[in-house]
Order: sequence, then C-alpha cells, then structure tokens
Amino acid sequence: MASYTLNVNGKTETVDVDGAMPLLWVLRDKLDLKGTKFGCGVAACGACTVHLDGKVARACVTPISTVGAQRVTTIEAIGQTKIGQAVQKAWLDVDVMQCGYCQAGQVMAATALIATNAKPTDKDIDTAMSGNACRCGTYVRIREAIKTAAGVDTKDTREV
Amino acid sequence: MADGNTINTSRRFFLLASAAGGGLLLSGCMTPADTTDGAPTLAATPAKPAAPVVDVNSFVAISPDGTIRIMAKNPEIGQGIKTMLPMLIAEELDADWSRVVIEQGDADATRYGMQIAGGSFATPMHWDNHRQTGAAARAMLLQAAATRLNVSVDELSTQPSFVVHTASGKKIAYGDLVADAAKLTAPDLKAVKLKDAKDYRIIGKPMRNWDSPRIVRGEPIFGIDVKVDGMKYAYFEKAAVFGAKVVSANTDEIKALPGIVDCFIVKAGPASNTKMGLSEGVAVLADDWWTAKEAATKKLKVQWDEGDTSTQATAKFDAKAVELAKGAPMSNLSKSGDAAAAIKAAAKVVEASYVYPFLVHAPLEPQNCTAHVKADGTVEVWAPTQRPSGGIDLIAAALGVDKAKIAVHMTRCGGGFGRRLDNDFMVEAASISKQAGVPVKLLWTREQDMAHDPYRPGGYHNFKAALDKDGKMTALANHFVSFGRPNASGALAVLSNATMAANEFPAGYVPNHSFDQSLMLGEMPTGPLRAPVSNAVCFAYQSFLDEAALAAGKDPIDFRLELLAATPTAAASAGGRPGMVASRMADVLKVVRERSGWDNRKSLPKGIGMGVAFYFSHSGYFAEVAKVKVEQNGAWRVLKVWCVGDIGSQIINPINAHNQAQGSIVDGISEMHQKITFDKGRTAQTNFYDMPLLRMDYAPQIDVHFHVTNNPPTGLGEPALPPVLPAVANAIYAATAKRIRTLPVTQKDISWT
Repeated sequence: MASYTLNVNGKTETVDVDGAMPLLWVLRDKLDLKGTKFGCGVAACGACTVHLDGKVARACVTPISTVGAQRVTTIEAIGQTKIGQAVQKAWLDVDVMQCGYCQAGQVMAATALIATNAKPTDKDIDTAMSGNACRCGTYVRIREAIKTAAGVDTKDTREV
Repeated sequence: MADGNTINTSRRFFLLASAAGGGLLLSGCMTPADTTDGAPTLAATPAKPAAPVVDVNSFVAISPDGTIRIMAKNPEIGQGIKTMLPMLIAEELDADWSRVVIEQGDADATRYGMQIAGGSFATPMHWDNHRQTGAAARAMLLQAAATRLNVSVDELSTQPSFVVHTASGKKIAYGDLVADAAKLTAPDLKAVKLKDAKDYRIIGKPMRNWDSPRIVRGEPIFGIDVKVDGMKYAYFEKAAVFGAKVVSANTDEIKALPGIVDCFIVKAGPASNTKMGLSEGVAVLADDWWTAKEAATKKLKVQWDEGDTSTQATAKFDAKAVELAKGAPMSNLSKSGDAAAAIKAAAKVVEASYVYPFLVHAPLEPQNCTAHVKADGTVEVWAPTQRPSGGIDLIAAALGVDKAKIAVHMTRCGGGFGRRLDNDFMVEAASISKQAGVPVKLLWTREQDMAHDPYRPGGYHNFKAALDKDGKMTALANHFVSFGRPNASGALAVLSNATMAANEFPAGYVPNHSFDQSLMLGEMPTGPLRAPVSNAVCFAYQSFLDEAALAAGKDPIDFRLELLAATPTAAASAGGRPGMVASRMADVLKVVRERSGWDNRKSLPKGIGMGVAFYFSHSGYFAEVAKVKVEQNGAWRVLKVWCVGDIGSQIINPINAHNQAQGSIVDGISEMHQKITFDKGRTAQTNFYDMPLLRMDYAPQIDVHFHVTNNPPTGLGEPALPPVLPAVANAIYAATAKRIRTLPVTQKDISWT
C-alpha cells in the first residue's frame, strides 16, 4: 500500500492503495467515478477508455503507480471540453446507443481522435476506434456520430 | 425457451384486466428529482413516490405540474424497450412527450405481470394493452374536464397534455385535471377507443432512447454501478469444470491477507436443469473488488472434486457426431411423404453436412449483482437481469426464503442477448450476502463469464435433398445430431436450445421431408442466445438451400421464390413455431432483390460475391443480401448488407428499430468468427482475444428497410439476425466457390487463386 496523488478531472485526489491496482478500480471503487466501465480487464475491449494527458489509455491495465502527474480525464468530465461536448451531442443526435455500456469508452476514444485529427476519414476512424468493441454492434452509428461531431460529410466512403 | 413464437400471450395481462376499474389515487408526492430525471435510483432505499399518483393499473402517473410519469415494466438490455413501451401509453394518453418522465419498474408480478427481455415479445405482448392503458387514462381526464365544464365528453378532444373544448375555446392542462380524474373509476380497457394510426404523434416518430443523455455523461445506471451503504465487494471462485465441488480451500490464509474482509466456501444450491443455478465455490470479500479478485486469483488454493464431466471435449463430440450421423437416427422430429423414396428416384441428389459451434453470450457488462440479505429475513437485490422472476425463484430455493420477502430492483443491463435470462449471479450474490452478513456486490471477471455461460449449443446437420429433372426440390432429409442429458427415466432428453423446429422451412413446401435426430451426452450448461435455435439452424438450412439452388442451376432467389410459391401442406405448420405466411416472405425477398441490385451481381469480379437468405422467427419476416470481399489469402470482409423486414403495420420507434436491425447484422457476422470449445471439461476460450467481437473496421455498411404490411406489429430484438449468417456464407461461395459448411469461417478455408 502506498499513497498516490492524482489529477482526476481537474481535481487533486489522494488514494492509499496497492501500486499495482489499475486506474480503473481506483476510479470506480475508491473515487466513486462509475462512468468508466469494466469489460475485459486485459485492454481487449476499450470499455475502460480514459485520457491521460489527453491521450487514450485503457484504465484496466494502467497500474496506479504509473499514472504520476498525468492529467486523468474520464467520461464524467469529457463534456467540459468543446470537442467532448460536440461528441456527446452527436451521440445523442444520432442516438448511437443500444445497451450503452461501451459508449463511455467510445466517446472517450472519439474525442481523443477528433482532438488530434479534426477531419477524420473513414480509415482514420477504423484505426482509432477498432480497439473499442461494441457488443450491440452500433458501429454504423458510431462512425456517423464521429463525422457529425467533426462536421464532415457522414457518408460512408469505404468500398462497397 | 424455444423460439419465441410458441409462448401464449393471451394470459399475460390478467393484471390489467382484473385491476381495471380499481384504485385510481392521487398524491402530490412526486419530487423534483422524479420529474426531471428518470434514471433509476440506485440508492439502498430508492426514493420513489410513496403512493401511486394518478395510476391506471400502475403505469401512468400525472403530477399537478403536468409531468407525466410512465413506468417501464420490462428489463432494458439495449433493445430500447424502456423508451418504446412508454411511447405506446403516451400516444393514446395524448401526452406531451417532452413532459414525460420514464421510470424503470421494479420486479413486481402483481403490478406488471411477466417482466422479461426475451423472445422479441414486448411489442406483440404490449401493443394493445399499453395503448389501452394510455387511452383509459385519457378517457378519465376527458371525463374530469366534461364534469368541470359541464359539457358532454363528446364535445371534448385532446391536444398534447391538454383537454380542449372547441366550441368555447377552453383548454385545460392535464395537470389541472388530475385531482378530479383520480376520483374516477377507470374504464374497461377493452372498451376504450384507440386512435387511428394516421393521428399518431409519438408512435412512428424517432424517439431517442430515454437513458442516452445519462449514458454520454457516464452516470451510474448499470448494475455494476450500484452502491449500497456498508456493502463489500465480492469475487466468487468457481471451478473451471461444470458442477465441480469444493473439497478444501485455504480460506484462513486468504482472510489474513491485507484488505480482505472475509473468505468462505459457498455450497451448491438446488440443481437446475440448465446448470445455471448456485454453483459451489469460494467467496472472497474486500473493500474494493480488485483486491478481492487479486487475492482469489493469485493466492486462493482450492482443491476441487471435478466429477465425471472433466473429460468433456469438443474433439470427442465432433467424432461422436460423425459416428451418429452414419447410424440410424434415434428419433424422428417430423416427416411428410416419403423422403427416402423421393431421394432414390431423384434426378440429382445434393448431400452436405453443416456444423456450427457452441457460442457464448458475452454481454459487455460482466455478470454482477448487489444483494442484501437483512437481519429481518428480507432480501433486497439490485440486478441487471432479463428475467427477475427467475432470480427470485433461485434465491428463494437456495436461501429458504419466502418469495414475497425478496425485492428486486432491475438496473439497466450492459447487454443481454439471452445471458441474463439465467440468474446464477443473483443467487450467488444473495448467498454470499447471507453468509457474510453484509450487503455484497458480486462481480465476475470476463474470464468467468466465458467459462460459466448458458452456451448456445453446437449442432450437426446432415442433409440430403432430391431434385427432379426440372431442378425442383422433391425431398429434403436431415439427420440432426445434437446434445442431450438423461431425464428421470434415463433416456437422453434434448438440452435447452439444442433443438430445431419440426416445421423448419421447407417442411411442408416440398412434397417429402424427414427431419430426424440423434443425441449425444452433453454435460454443459446451455440456453437461449439472441434468436435462439434460429441463429444456428438458419445458417445450416439457408446455406444448404443455396447449394440445392445452384445444383438445380437456378438463381438462389428464384429457387427460394419457387419453394415459397408452393401451397404448404400441414407439415408447414405442424410442431415447432407457428407457420409463416409464405407470401409475406416472398415479398421481402423481392424487395431485397431490388434494393441490393441482386440481378446485376454477375458483373462482380472474382473475390467479391453476393449471397441471399431469409428467415421467419419471432413472427418477423426477414430477407437479407450480403456482399462480401475475400482476398486471395482468405482475408474477408462484409462490404454491405441489405436487410428487408416485415414486422407488421407499424414501426413504433424507427430510430431504434433501425438500430436493432443494424446491430443484429453486426452480431450475426460477429458470430461467424466465434466459437466456444471444451477440453478436459473446461471452456477453452478466456477473453476477447480468443473469442473475438467484430470491430469498427470490419463492420459493413447496412441498408435496412421495413416493408410495412397490414399485420399486427411484432418485435425486433431478434428476427433480423438469423439470415445474415447464411447470406454471408452464400456470398463467400459466390466470391470464391468455397462453401462454408463449418463455422466459424477460417481464413485458410476460403483462400483462392
């Protein structure tokens, strides 16, 4: 057990936990931020996607001892950024959701994509989003919502 | 549960019928929190109005401020039912949808009748009575207004959330009438007049899923998010071999570890025939789940008595299935004419065997449940379940508690697909809470979810078809090899969902057929996976029909239309699911032919092909065309799927209906990559790297079209799924001349030069 001071959603938080404890469980069970989801525990589904200094990270395989001073952003605070807000709005306008369980991770991955690539192509979307599984199969709408948020033509340009 | 169509829907709503005319009460206790946010309250004691507000059989409540609360009675697993069922009530109530708040109902058979997410039942079960409920509430508001204005009800009409007296120009808000309306007796639901479809303001309009705003904000609305005062987190270690017993475990050593609150053995509960009851295992409790899981997976040592199922292996099943297929069938499921004689007399015989594997449900939210067995003997449970009554039954049996003392709050489910119709996680959580004496949140790992599932059973179909000189199918024979377990008399009885319908198409549409079955012992849990039975059998039958069409030298759509044009014999509707109306299927086939440009497919280069399939399940008619690209090395991707469905006269919530069909198609393609295998009695697959889910880059473009017909609306959670597998498999054949007779599709099997 050791004490870790974290920057989570702009707030300083101190937790006393085993250094191997993944960020996911610190967020969920210690800081009561339940928006970040557990799906696989091995970075194979993307449900736990958060941002560390704005970059996508899988919280389920990020030991708390490795987080350090990096800014942790979770779904609960993504609406505080302009791009995050646009992504949330697009998700609602397209009504992407079925069960919704993966969508926090999808929104986090999509926001990080648009933050670094304002006009993503279909190929960019495939590359950035293929680490995020949707068991309900809402990919058609995730693609459309990302393009809606980015303000690009929503037509699917892939080979048919 | 077999295919959904077999359940009798006529007795579901006795509650509504018997309660109609009863207690309509008013109380002003709706709180601001209730009126602004319909998210289920996940606190230990949910803040709910103490008494019904205006309550038509427990579904509708109107606050004097005009807020209309509608209870969503069924579990929400992503099928959109929490939004769709209240739409039916709101429409006939003539509610202003922007003033509606939706609240998830608890498990309460007395108020709500059957509460289940399964079988695509919700639409056919509630289409009439939910609209009648809304209309009854509207009738009462009209009556209250008539009395107040001293006019006849006939002079009144409604606009959203207002009663209007056109002659005088007077308008009264529903909220202002509710106190008076609550003193009236509800009219007979059967007697209320329903709207004409042309007057709908809510039904048929795209209504966003009620919980979507909460989801994009990351609010805690799933089972895994439940937090109860004083609760501990639990990990429950079970044997990898089904039904194993604990001999011993180092529980004292675990209890002494830092951060561990408790550790104990949980004995198995009463056996269930699906093997999805309370398994024996060891519970580890801590203040956070990861600490409990780490201790259990790294330090816990359990000695198991694995029993006699530890030799189960897929390789042995496959070998046994081949052996059984060579022998005489154990039983006949259905027959018409004389298939053997017709095959003997055929101009051409087509013969092929189809194999599909076991599958796991793998909803993305791992199984979990929060339970509190209290000192006073009552039990409170928060569960992401598709069928709360099943969980109550298991808990009552395992804990020896009266069912009436078990309260279940249904949370939003992070996917279901049939997995949460079984409630093993509920009885585990309750049993652990009882032994620990504290509220407990149980959470499984993904690996546990893969290892302990009511799997979709694998199966083996051995077909023979007879074609006459004109390429007409004159007979179809199938020797279906499946799984069973001994029943009370020792004979093998087919496992849950290891069945097929006796009237599987084209039974009754060809002059001779014989469907036979042999069973081998399978000691694994099995159960319904989305579009149960259909998701497997459709692949085999609609793929084999394609082989027969090509052997007959016919276009696969023409061949199917010819079969559908036959006047069906009694065999088409005998046993299994209710018979389909062939003309409805022919119509969706014709529409998908048009939309997909099927007749232009000959110009496609080698490596790109189109395939077709249709299927009738859950009362829905679906025909689908897939276009697939296969690289020479066998890498493949579905480029596009055209889906045409007939689910009746009304698409209730189009934005969600399209989503369900799109998701079904992605789900079906995903299944073509998946398998569950057994070795040494254990499930071999462990996580999403060896049990893959389809990803963004492999998801096709999808064209969904609903062919509206003058038939009662039916459900959409399932029927769009089955045809996509054979449509894709048939497209792979068109692209490569490699026939997919075994799932999953493997790259090496379809490489071409």
